[in-house]
Amino acid sequence: MPLTFDDNAVMDSIIQRYPRSRSAIMPLLHLAQAKDGYVTAESIEMIATKLNLESAEVNAVATFYTQYKRKPVGDYHVGVCTNTLCAVMGGDAIFEALKEHLNLDNDEVTSDGKVSIEHIECNAACDYAPVVMVNWEFYDNQTVQSAKELVDAARNGNPPAPTRGPSSLPTWKENSALLAGINDGRAGEGVQAGEATLLGLKIARERGEIK
Amino acid sequence: MTKLTPVLSAFWDQKDSFTIYGYKRNGGYKALEKALSMAPDDVIKTVKDSGLRGRGGAGFPTGMKWGFIPQGDNKEHYFVVNADESEPGTCKDMPLLLANPHVLIEGIIIGSYAIRANYAFIYIRGEVAHVIRRVQQAIDDAYKAGYLGKNILGKDFDLELVLHVGAGAYICGEETALLDSLEGFRGQPRLRPPFPAIAGLYARPTVVNNVESVASVPSIINNGVEWFASMGTEKSKGYTLYSLSGHVKNPGQFEAPLGITLRELIDLAGGMRSGHTLKFWTPGGSSTPLFTDAHLDTPLDYEGVAAAGSMLGTKALQIFDETVCVVRAVLRWTEFYKHESCGKCTPCREGTWWLVQILQDLESGKGEAKDLDKLLDLCDNIAGRSFCALADGAASPIISSIKYFREEYLDHLRNGGCPFDPARSTLFELAGDAR
Repeated sequence: MPLTFDDNAVMDSIIQRYPRSRSAIMPLLHLAQAKDGYVTAESIEMIATKLNLESAEVNAVATFYTQYKRKPVGDYHVGVCTNTLCAVMGGDAIFEALKEHLNLDNDEVTSDGKVSIEHIECNAACDYAPVVMVNWEFYDNQTVQSAKELVDAARNGNPPAPTRGPSSLPTWKENSALLAGINDGRAGEGVQAGEATLLGLKIARERGEIK
Repeated sequence: MTKLTPVLSAFWDQKDSFTIYGYKRNGGYKALEKALSMAPDDVIKTVKDSGLRGRGGAGFPTGMKWGFIPQGDNKEHYFVVNADESEPGTCKDMPLLLANPHVLIEGIIIGSYAIRANYAFIYIRGEVAHVIRRVQQAIDDAYKAGYLGKNILGKDFDLELVLHVGAGAYICGEETALLDSLEGFRGQPRLRPPFPAIAGLYARPTVVNNVESVASVPSIINNGVEWFASMGTEKSKGYTLYSLSGHVKNPGQFEAPLGITLRELIDLAGGMRSGHTLKFWTPGGSSTPLFTDAHLDTPLDYEGVAAAGSMLGTKALQIFDETVCVVRAVLRWTEFYKHESCGKCTPCREGTWWLVQILQDLESGKGEAKDLDKLLDLCDNIAGRSFCALADGAASPIISSIKYFREEYLDHLRNGGCPFDPARSTLFELAGDAR
């Protein structure tokens, strides 16, 4: 269901964070995705009404940013990094394998609505390449095999936990609410750091360069 | 042998390093107490005197940026943190925030106090859900502890801090595009001057700093200018995070004094993957000109890397071995710049499109030798001719790869296609893999 006046309280709490209301466009678009999974024309109208803008102004913003979807994605949206480093280390092979495995092209969703795939740009986890993101959670050090298992499990509604993330994988809509700034209380879950993050510190300790 | 200097990463190996308890147990928020007992101008002077330079790529002195904010102007000031880490290869700020978001928040409060801002923002990229969770929780906990809000630590200083989540646009890492995005517009760079220090967010004086730069401030306040300057080189002071990725045995984060070399870092990473040799690398992300094995001993500080013809950038060291086709690598980066060009400036919007066409032809062996000169001519007409540095970044890998690997481009033409087998570069074996 799109954003409506029933969502006034949460929309107002988002708008009130900012000195000027227009700044709330982006979190409100994330909130729209938390409701429908994508940005509907009705939600655009609602955001425009709330912010006293033309719907064309909201549309202009919604169409600029790739995370705002204009059609439904899966409950589990799988992004395979195919920027140079991940691509070379195996990202290209993973993306090709997933397309074939799911019989999907880039930016398509399975007929059961469970899984969609997209090739994504660098996701700031290069020391864990090749990287796959699901609903913007990290799945580090992937292979063709592990990525296939990941999407199969997701289709069965039982995806494994992210490598560096919460103890179970939230849905696309749940994480869209998080991106709108609604704290889901799960920050304490998962590791504080992965092995690669800690490598320099570990060596420094071994060499006695830090207590 | 250069000694490692874990400061930001010093307690990342404690399970609760990201919580307010973990941070305080390790001395967190002590620098804030100290800073709030100083005059704001003295805080700026301390950061200036430390020699801290921006860790987001440009290397501009952080304290000087703070000093540019006009004081006594009766206008609101804003403190904005750029956490839009998206430069290909760059992977330092996200693990930092995952492991310890409070050090950034402490730096923000100190910085806001110094420039006399009562409103601060963290602009974080949208594709990192768990990092967003950790930062949001840290902000909530900092409010509860009285580090944010009204009368911080009982002083006459108020600060609101808002986490603003992006939505997938590399260009928003450019500071003026970031500000437009934060104001609720498409993220497109602004013409400068005026600089953000004069007319930034909502046309008010604004500081925009990278995560790592701001996170470095509490340690400087705590330990002093001389401690900080005892690390690093003459004009590149202090410690920093170097991120090694690619074909090394153990990729990872290494916090070291500025000026360490790639030879030392590869050694720390356990060497290249077995049986392979270094071919090319980026010193600071894909927008910095490529280096080769001839640059293993280049000091990785701002001056050393510049003198060798590249830029320190974000210290994102992407390592590629001899199995990787440089034309494939450069084409992929160029496709990235084309995709991420915001479309505002014609040389970048049209130019990156043409660069991709020509590189695709070359990679598939359909081009001609004179295309290399056309590429260089195009780069010359793109770099430096747009509002921001995205187009300059697009030109960097092309110009540098032709400089060092012209013959490899020509091999594609002689071979009628790419002479490399991409399966040899992957970390895992593929069906039919000949290795």
